Amino acid sequence: MALRLDVPPKVVPGTEASTTKKRRDKPGSWKLAIKRDWRLYTLLALPLLYLLIFRYLPMAGNVIAFRQFQPGGSIFGEKWVGLKYITLFINDPSFWQAFQNTIILGVLTLVFCFPMPIIFALMLNELRSQKFKKFVQTVAYLPHFMSVVIIAGMILQNFSMTGTVNQIAESLFGTTVNFTQDPGWFRPMYISSEVWQTMGWGAILYLAALTRVDESLYEAARIDGANRWQQTWHVTLPAIRPTIITLLILNIGTFMAVGFEKILLIYNPLNFATSDVISTYLYRVGLESSNFSYAAAIGMFESVIGLTLILSANAVSKRLAGTSLW
Amino acid sequence: MVNKTATANKGSAAQGVLLKDMQVSRGMRIFRVFNLVFLLLVVFLTVYPFLNIIAQSFSSEGFINAGQVNLFPMGFNTETYKLILADSTFWNNYGNTVLYTVVATGISMVLTTSFAYAIAKKDLKGRSLFIGLAVFTMFFNGGLIPNYVLISSLGMRDSIWAVVLPNAISVFNLLIMKSFFENMPRELEEAASIDGLTQYGILFRVVLPLSKAIMATMVLFYAVANWNSWFQAFLYLDNPDLFPVTIYLRNMIAGVTTAGSAGGTAENVGQIAANIQSVTIVLTVIPILCVYPFVQKYFFSGVMLGSVKE
Repeated sequence: MALRLDVPPKVVPGTEASTTKKRRDKPGSWKLAIKRDWRLYTLLALPLLYLLIFRYLPMAGNVIAFRQFQPGGSIFGEKWVGLKYITLFINDPSFWQAFQNTIILGVLTLVFCFPMPIIFALMLNELRSQKFKKFVQTVAYLPHFMSVVIIAGMILQNFSMTGTVNQIAESLFGTTVNFTQDPGWFRPMYISSEVWQTMGWGAILYLAALTRVDESLYEAARIDGANRWQQTWHVTLPAIRPTIITLLILNIGTFMAVGFEKILLIYNPLNFATSDVISTYLYRVGLESSNFSYAAAIGMFESVIGLTLILSANAVSKRLAGTSLW
Repeated sequence: MVNKTATANKGSAAQGVLLKDMQVSRGMRIFRVFNLVFLLLVVFLTVYPFLNIIAQSFSSEGFINAGQVNLFPMGFNTETYKLILADSTFWNNYGNTVLYTVVATGISMVLTTSFAYAIAKKDLKGRSLFIGLAVFTMFFNGGLIPNYVLISSLGMRDSIWAVVLPNAISVFNLLIMKSFFENMPRELEEAASIDGLTQYGILFRVVLPLSKAIMATMVLFYAVANWNSWFQAFLYLDNPDLFPVTIYLRNMIAGVTTAGSAGGTAENVGQIAANIQSVTIVLTVIPILCVYPFVQKYFFSGVMLGSVKE
């Protein structure tokens, strides 16, 4: 939603300028624009330089996926090697393992972590005591402000052999599980901690949207005989639908990047079978084994899928729901 | 909410509506109880891990290793706290975190403010292009390896710049700020420009003094992000004297730092090993917990600023 408003208005080059008095003589000329606004352009110089160096140069740096790269040499590599690294990862079973894990974790995240904030926001909205609501919100936002290192530390502590989860398991089933190392338990551990981390803060945009629902709509619904549940279903949900869709598109866009930093901190070789995702795999290939070009090829593949996902999610939603990011 | 409006409507509303409201009221009451229980459970589950870590950090090794510590400390013990608090590396790393946070936030604010101010001008030529250049980076980025290669070849490894520069502009913050500037009354700037102020003058003498609230929110956004960040430092810093405290903690969690290497002696190594991680987590989390009650409402208003306008 925040994004939606910031989409540049579609202007035909030149026309906007002609409406301003000062530029009437030569609409749209850069010379005139610079003469008038040179101070604004100087303000833009540093930020644009930043974008160029730290955002666009690395994009161009992806070219090493097709070139031989020498550590310490040019960031664009030494010579063309064609699709060598692409075919390398296409034939790499470890890559496909990571790919599969990424998809599974991504789907689980969408299924469990995406709806929770909506439910949470709706339930908060039903509270009558504003004080209690404020209190619940304040507490629930807390995990969002924690460093992922701290979160990881807490996950590992709570799921450790002597941690709370095993204390509960022991008293209920009389047995303990090595959650942090058993590959079968990585996904539940990851997803439950992800829900814990994101549910509260994730509700914030929905709560903002809920405050803007027109009160008279509820009144009208009541007069039509709608009960509370029907009011939620027919008034509240449609009212926050654009927010839901916008956030869904954004979530789909980050689908491939599933919690890289967190996984890097909590996984270990014993549970790679389920925990290793594309980003962690390329981290190990690239930075621990120094296969830069190979890892760059995998990374590019990941980014392209991510971009494709968000573009298609946006296009689909534009057609079906009339809501889109741009 | 239902009840309030229902009573308000009493006179005018049709009898049927009132009846309906009364009929559902029992189901409603059950729902309210369930809702309350659910939300209390959320509160408890959110707070529990923090309480557990605090309890662990003050417990003695026997209870920890037997898996008996949950909400309250068992066998009160501060051995590990003494060790960490006496560790000069810990304090050095804490100092680094403060330094990096201040410098990075400063750089971010300068870049973000000037960028946002310029692109908030609707008749600036090339504006759509500049906005597009920024927004595109939200959805597509160079990726880990090209970034690593770039920072290394710029010679920024093992220096503060590798930590404070690469993520200097958050496009999300930029867009919030831009929409704030766009919403400022145009008359203000027009009047200032008639008074002979240049665009610099308008920015520094008119716009910024009126933007204190948004600036404070942005500083908080950046400061918390910088305080919590670890990955840049983890990638680019090799010298332990440059580590921020998040890396100190990370090395503890990853087992790079052990009770022995942290300075545990033969008598207390068991105790240290049992809760050195909890103690470090508590010590790194304290500053955030202290400021949290005061800053969280600014975060909320910041998000609202970004989303409300439509």
